[in-house]
Amino acid sequence: MNAQTLDAPETKVLALPPDEVCLQVQGLNFYYGGKQALFSVTAGFKRKAVTALIGPSGCGKSTLLRTLNRMYSLYPGQRAEGQVLLDGTDVLSRGVDLSALRAKVGMVFQKPTPFPMSIYDNVAYGVRLYERLGKAEMADRVEESLRRAALWEEVKDKLKDSGLGLSGGQQQRLCVARAIAVKPEVLLLDEPASALDPISTARLEETISELKGDYTVVIVTHNMGQAARLSDHTGFMYLGQLVEFGETDQVFTNPATGRARDYITGRFG
Amino acid sequence: MTPGAPRLTRRIAEVGFLAFCWAATALALIALAAILWSLLSQGVGGLNLKVFTMSTPAPGSEGGLLNAILGSLAMCILAMIGAVAVGMMAGTWLSEFAKESHYGKVVRFVNDVLLSAPSILVGLFVYELLVRPMKGFSGYAGALALSLLAMPVIVRTTEDVLRLQPTALREASVALGAPVWRTIMAVIWKSARGGMLTGALLAFARISGETAPLLFTALNNQFLSFDLGRPTANLPVVIFNFALSAQDNWRRLAWVGAMLIAVAVLAVTIIARLSTREPKRS
Repeated sequence: MNAQTLDAPETKVLALPPDEVCLQVQGLNFYYGGKQALFSVTAGFKRKAVTALIGPSGCGKSTLLRTLNRMYSLYPGQRAEGQVLLDGTDVLSRGVDLSALRAKVGMVFQKPTPFPMSIYDNVAYGVRLYERLGKAEMADRVEESLRRAALWEEVKDKLKDSGLGLSGGQQQRLCVARAIAVKPEVLLLDEPASALDPISTARLEETISELKGDYTVVIVTHNMGQAARLSDHTGFMYLGQLVEFGETDQVFTNPATGRARDYITGRFG
Repeated sequence: MTPGAPRLTRRIAEVGFLAFCWAATALALIALAAILWSLLSQGVGGLNLKVFTMSTPAPGSEGGLLNAILGSLAMCILAMIGAVAVGMMAGTWLSEFAKESHYGKVVRFVNDVLLSAPSILVGLFVYELLVRPMKGFSGYAGALALSLLAMPVIVRTTEDVLRLQPTALREASVALGAPVWRTIMAVIWKSARGGMLTGALLAFARISGETAPLLFTALNNQFLSFDLGRPTANLPVVIFNFALSAQDNWRRLAWVGAMLIAVAVLAVTIIARLSTREPKRS
């Protein structure tokens, strides 16, 4: 440990101007049964920008992500305290319409999860939950979504084929297309490239950076290079706390906290 | 450690284990082949058009198995409709909703008991439940008995197969805002359809040859009848009666009937396998 580390603050979280924030997390505690996994996390996710969450395994990155769309509500033993404000409404409150929330906050998972149906139906599945579109409109929506996910050219001649027949990287881009087809505001990506080979990863990264003009993206990743390349802001988490949150350049080149510095320079994690 | 000695014992163990596996597989296959061979060699000879166009004959006269084939088909189909409907929903409930709940555990245990209940008991149960109060054997009673035998198999396999579906698939559908019922019906069932079908086939294979429960319920009928409210002819009971008789033509028909059941189960299995093939990776 050098002198700088000793002088550094314990935590440092950049507060964004309120009008730039799409999702504001406020004093969030999270529990798996009796075990606390998040400790008063406070962070703002900037509108139409990419925020990366990094940190060692088990630090709470995915847990934080799963509170943002109330995924944890599937499991009776899990609960959250605090506030997650999406456009001013608290998504953690009891009365929230989960279906409407998840239409606004889409999610892509670590492993590709194509549904056992055609490529076309995979993309249309979510849309059909919220909108009654005519045949032509639906076809347009599917094409638009697949184009945005940079998959259209590869699948346009086999939309009726099963989504399970695609390669891993294509399946993951199909999942991106499926998520954006319902026109969400926020996209949550939970280690979306960790099951992909380097070339598929590069293509997925291109897709994500093209999406950031239109969506608020929160990405959990173990790949520091990926976080540095893709994101505008980066949050470093450790043992359930958000240790450092700030501009990506600053976090990677000149981290303010000792723990972030140690992690980023590869001293642990 | 010297490199030679442990390697030798390891090789011996490997060869021995492999040989044991081979032998066990061969034993099972030989038994299966022997059964199929005796069925085919004895059954094919008696096969002719009359089997499918005439009803079971009186001793010494000519006849076929038409009434028994139709009766078996009707009762099996009816039984499978009931068993699949109830079994699929119960299996889904156990896998998706009951999970580790106390009530779920009790239901799972009772289902396992039912799974291994002797079929003759099920026959007696339906006899007391339907045949006695209604004062007569009937095809409906037969179908109910078969249904009760098929149901636990379907409950069990449905639950097992649904539990194998990845959590991520459920979460992916829920993350799009789909309600749980829709997630189950549109994604989970679809993803598990191959396994669920296998379960239904196992159940069908189990009931298609059941004799004991039908003796107490559907009984038999020498004539062609389309009324399941009356005693109904069926292949297993006909085989049972005819195989024990001294009449040559009856015994021949029993072999044909046994072969027909085996071929039907095989055919349904093959068709179902082909129709639920997973798509190949492009």
